[in-house]
Amino acid sequence: MTQPTNTTRNEEYLLKVEGIFLRFGGVNVLSDVTTSVKEGEIFAIIGPNGAGKTCLLNCVNRFYHPSQGRIFFEGRDITPLRPYQIPPLGIARTFQNVELFRGMTVIDNIKLGRHVHLDTGLLSAGFYFGKARRTELALRKEIEERIVDLLEIEHIRKKKVGTLPYGLQKRVELARALAMQPKLLLLDEPVTGMNLEETEDIARFILDIHDEWGVTVILIEHDMGVVMDISDRVCVLDFGVKIAEGPPREIRHDDRVIKAYLGEKDLTYSRLGA
Amino acid sequence: MRCGDFKESYLEDEKIFQTLFVKFWLVLLAAGLILLPAIANEYILYVANLIGIAIIGAVGLNLLTGCTGQISLGHAAFVGVGGYTTAVLITKVGMPFWFAMPMGGLASAAVGLVIGIPSLRVKGLYLCIATLAAQFILEWIFVHWEAVTHGIRGINVPPPQLGSMVFDTERSFYYITLLLVVVGVGFARNILRTKWGRAFVAIRDRDLAAEMMGINLFRYKLAAFAVSSFYAGIAGGLWVSFIKVVTPEHFPFSLSIEYLAMIIVGGLGSILGSIFGAIFMVVVPEMLNVIASASRDLFPTMGKHFIPMKEVVFGTLIVLFLVFEPHGLAEIWHRIKNFFTLWPFSY
Repeated sequence: MTQPTNTTRNEEYLLKVEGIFLRFGGVNVLSDVTTSVKEGEIFAIIGPNGAGKTCLLNCVNRFYHPSQGRIFFEGRDITPLRPYQIPPLGIARTFQNVELFRGMTVIDNIKLGRHVHLDTGLLSAGFYFGKARRTELALRKEIEERIVDLLEIEHIRKKKVGTLPYGLQKRVELARALAMQPKLLLLDEPVTGMNLEETEDIARFILDIHDEWGVTVILIEHDMGVVMDISDRVCVLDFGVKIAEGPPREIRHDDRVIKAYLGEKDLTYSRLGA
Repeated sequence: MRCGDFKESYLEDEKIFQTLFVKFWLVLLAAGLILLPAIANEYILYVANLIGIAIIGAVGLNLLTGCTGQISLGHAAFVGVGGYTTAVLITKVGMPFWFAMPMGGLASAAVGLVIGIPSLRVKGLYLCIATLAAQFILEWIFVHWEAVTHGIRGINVPPPQLGSMVFDTERSFYYITLLLVVVGVGFARNILRTKWGRAFVAIRDRDLAAEMMGINLFRYKLAAFAVSSFYAGIAGGLWVSFIKVVTPEHFPFSLSIEYLAMIIVGGLGSILGSIFGAIFMVVVPEMLNVIASASRDLFPTMGKHFIPMKEVVFGTLIVLFLVFEPHGLAEIWHRIKNFFTLWPFSY
């Protein structure tokens, strides 16, 4: 067990998770997970189903409250914050099961992502006058020209989200997360259930976002091809315990990782793409 | 020939009324509404006033229930708070109507804030019951707080005055109603296209995701309650000044249900729907009244059956609407509009 050290204030780390324990009843979902993500990194979290990957993200954006441990973002302890206080800091996320607002159009969903950065008052909003009007128009312009264009969803922007196919919904969710102007983007299985072409599109978008916007990315994914290709470092969880962390090529050959995934070396090689 | 709309700026695309065609009809509608008192008789203007007041109340409820997804069974009580506050401020404090009515709205909004507090903890049917309790508590206060409300005897409310002008007829009062309806509807429509409206709809569609998008649920749910009951309060203040009296019997539980029926028949979450719904719920009973009395003359022996039949027909109409058009009158309107958008060459 690693003791928390005094390096938490180190500016090099954008996000630092220290000794997180999460329990649901008697089940230990996360046990003493400590990890840190550097600024400008693409950091992947992998592990078998039920390893606690999503729970770790849920802890980071404060949806779950860890029973022990602390989380630092840009050197600031964010453990006591409420979920709605996380996006203003610059942490955005997408969800494993798409969590879009189905009754709203694509463009409104994306606009909603900017919510925390808008300060339109109720009266000004109601009369759509002056600042409210300028803010809305600037927002629309920016979303159209930076996000909709980048993610290639021009053709669906006026559609209700509930009517779209799954692959596009995932893309809209990514767009909404981008509208939050994140410094850190948490992606929970962005390519699940997609065909090869869609997967390649999303991988390309993630790289574009990372390169052009300078966004740090934390990625949970089962598609080893994507993980090994685009991530800088990989963290492996198994039953709530971190069993390995390092660059993809090391992880690929790590015995514990191979064991956790299939328990048998030969088969695992193909799955890990080694 | 028209083959579509082409917009050259984001401003054009963000507008509510986009095409020249729509604006033309809008101007025509406005002119029609302004000139209505010149051609209509007292009865039609009376109904028009009732419609206007219902629209303001329904728009408010639709913001809360249709857009934010918080079902309220206490809307009539909020209307009552606004009505009583207006009446009391006019008669006891001597405040002119023009200040008393907004104060009624604010008082109602304040009560709405309190009633809205449980909404953070309870949802759906449970919130229904919480707001139902509010309805009965407020009704009880209307009856029993004799010192202020005069109990079941009620308060006589003098008509609004502006200089030497007294708005004591259906004809003159119509303009006050019209102005407030236009402002109220425009305000609601604008809220829906900004940050606030998006937050409301997000809470309705997926409240947990909304919170993770940075929406403070407590704040926005309360805001929805406050705005909604402000509308109710304005509707109440307007109504008591129109009928010149306020008693507890004006705000029964059935009025809350009537408001809910308006937004369901009209279309949940649609401002246009609230307008259609309000018109439907006011006009149809009035028409049934007319038909019932006409048929009584035709079939004198069956006369006593026609009046009760009115309620049955009304109820049946609402059920039929729900079955055949669950998205409400607004949806029918959209469908007709879409059909004619590029008519006759839609493809």
